[in-house]
Amino acid sequence: MKVEPATSPLLALLAGFISELRAAGLPVSLTENLDAMEAIQHIPIEDRDAFKYALAATLVKNHAHWRAFETVFEVYFSLRGAEYDLVDGEWPEGMDLSDFVDGLDGQQRRQGGGGGEAMSAEQLAEMLFQALMRGDDALMRAIARQAVQRYAGMEPGRPVGGTYYLYRTLRNLDLDGVLDRLMDQARHDAPGDLTPLEERLERDEFEARIDQLRKEVEAEIRRRLVADRGVEAMAKTLRKPLPEDVDFMHASREEMMALRRAIYPLTRKLAVRLARKRRHGRKGPLDFRNTMRHSLSYGGVPAEPKFRYPRPAKPEIMVVADVSGSVAAFARFTLHLVYAISNQFSKVRSFVFIDGLDEVTSFFEGVDDIGEAVHRVNAEADVVWVDGHSDYGHAFEVFWERYGKDVGPKTTVMILGDARNNYHASQAWILKEIEHRARKVFWLNPEPGAYWDTGDSIVSEYGVHCDGVFEVRNLRQLEGFVENLV
Amino acid sequence: MSFSFADVDSVRKGLSGVQYLADEGIAGVVYLAERLQKPVLVEGPAGTGKTQLAKSVAEATGARLIRLQCYEGLDESKALYEWNYKKQLLRIQAERQGEDPEGEGMWQQIEDDLFSEEFLLTRPLLEAIRAAEPVVLLIDEVDRVEIETEALLLEILSDYQVSIPELGTVAASQIPLVFLTSNNTRELSEALKRRCLFLHIDYPDLDREKEIVLAKVPGVGESLADQVARIVRSVRQIELKKAPSVSETLDWARTLVLLGVEHIDADTAAETVNILLKYRSDIEKALKEFASSDEEFAVPAATP
Repeated sequence: MKVEPATSPLLALLAGFISELRAAGLPVSLTENLDAMEAIQHIPIEDRDAFKYALAATLVKNHAHWRAFETVFEVYFSLRGAEYDLVDGEWPEGMDLSDFVDGLDGQQRRQGGGGGEAMSAEQLAEMLFQALMRGDDALMRAIARQAVQRYAGMEPGRPVGGTYYLYRTLRNLDLDGVLDRLMDQARHDAPGDLTPLEERLERDEFEARIDQLRKEVEAEIRRRLVADRGVEAMAKTLRKPLPEDVDFMHASREEMMALRRAIYPLTRKLAVRLARKRRHGRKGPLDFRNTMRHSLSYGGVPAEPKFRYPRPAKPEIMVVADVSGSVAAFARFTLHLVYAISNQFSKVRSFVFIDGLDEVTSFFEGVDDIGEAVHRVNAEADVVWVDGHSDYGHAFEVFWERYGKDVGPKTTVMILGDARNNYHASQAWILKEIEHRARKVFWLNPEPGAYWDTGDSIVSEYGVHCDGVFEVRNLRQLEGFVENLV
Repeated sequence: MSFSFADVDSVRKGLSGVQYLADEGIAGVVYLAERLQKPVLVEGPAGTGKTQLAKSVAEATGARLIRLQCYEGLDESKALYEWNYKKQLLRIQAERQGEDPEGEGMWQQIEDDLFSEEFLLTRPLLEAIRAAEPVVLLIDEVDRVEIETEALLLEILSDYQVSIPELGTVAASQIPLVFLTSNNTRELSEALKRRCLFLHIDYPDLDREKEIVLAKVPGVGESLADQVARIVRSVRQIELKKAPSVSETLDWARTLVLLGVEHIDADTAAETVNILLKYRSDIEKALKEFASSDEEFAVPAATP
């Protein structure tokens, strides 16, 4: 596993790598595949970073896919390259550890210099502290290895992705405590008192280092898992959907973060695209009156023809969103997206409900930061009437009673929710009335189509009174829907 | 075919010789682009040195830089070539005055003459193809052209040739190094992406940013550069409308040097933050964030 010329084993590995990328959802074409094969002949595999970037440059053409690529790369190539050889519990050669354990007594220090096995937990913690304090990368990597070996308690052959091992290792390292200690030390070392600014900078620095340690631990666990279970099995376990394909209803916390990061560029792109659409394609019939009017300045010769450009009416939008439990995230993203392009509509009003209903339009008015406004909606809107379980029927009743008169022929009503009514009365007649008055009524359901009308879901009972019921489970579908709406 | 760079490392050295500090990814992709003879599509937030990369590569290799700035409404006649119709008209007139244009054969000859290279105006893309000396072609902000206009680029990007109906195909005498930049305001077409190597340039990490400041700002001290880089990193962690770019970092560092600041304290930072951030709401947010970090000390720094 040392120097690998670009011969068939490497190409075979690459073929497996690419098919895994495709399985993860990345669109890798045949040309790109060939490019990658050619690229790796110019870059030696020992230069791991350059090798990684070479593959990325030829295979990944969208930055949002970078995370997915990286995961697959780590799995497939983690055992390659000399410095990544799997060595159990041994410190890198030539590393003198004795000066890292200053605070310990003499006997322990001698042991600490010899090998990792004999170290106590306290010594490891002390070394971790020192390594973080100095930002020593090599030592951090060594500690990560030690920590995984000591704390993760990995059992060979178990089909897991390693999250649990990571949790166990990190819990034992007590990184929050270490951060506090580092800050104490920084405050102690500073000549005077730390100003808030300096304090903040120190903290950011240490957090970055701790984050790096966490990544080292993760990489180490992954290396061991790959060695244990083989490349293909691991890649399959670690496979995650791309950000635009993440299901709103089942997103993990980390995926939520990725989604939130993804939505901002998405809205910007959408806004640009829609504005462009509006500007172009403006061909109208001749405006005879206007042309004659302007011909007067040319002595009656219609030299300057005028056209009647179509001015497509901007729709007025009412968003009625269920914000209970599982569908809350979906409502949040939709509100975010609708408000981000609100200049494409003449007016946007929003309502949220669980079993009671509240108008939240004012939260969004004159606000720069939509994310902040959405957060306020969650915290402040008065949406609970009885017990805080979704009651579409009652929510619609309230809506009809209070705001029904505002629904007019220009209004498009969007209803967001899974229509799981907890067996309350559906009051579907209200939707019928709304459909009667409004321009369009759309229902967006974050549940997969197969689950509709199962259990207490009554989508179709409402759906017959809507102009369309759409399954919107991920950003890709949401983007598509909103674009068609305008 | 000779190459300007022997390996990835020499790319990095060459670029740092012209004050462009490339990281592993950038150097690797530039190297590959030359070896594979493929264009590079550079994407990333504004102000991270995408355009500068092309300029620096041109400078480092001693090649001529030809630049095509894209905008909405860019068309063939601005990007590829155009017939110099004024000159063509003059030519017809001159012909008429000289001899009596009666015979059919005469007209045929004029027509052939009219569509010869003499009357061709080359625009950047054709220029890059026809140049005899090494060339770096920069197609800037390619996401600004309409998706239909993108198709103009495809022939030149994959085959390094331009087809002119009246003249035939002009193939490149040397393969230019092509950089396309994009701010990602719209999704580029698959066809375009497939033909390019992809490079995403993100904000630099702490050490690189510090080096950039040191290299680009005359008179800046080591400790000031370090502080600048660290503060900018912290500012970028806040959720802002527009995070400070590298060029804004450099502007800020220059200002601090001009003001004679050696050590940045909270007051200096507050007074000069408007160079780093351009939105009022962002400035307020940053100031609030830094002022309050000592009160909510027990809570880990807010990184939403």
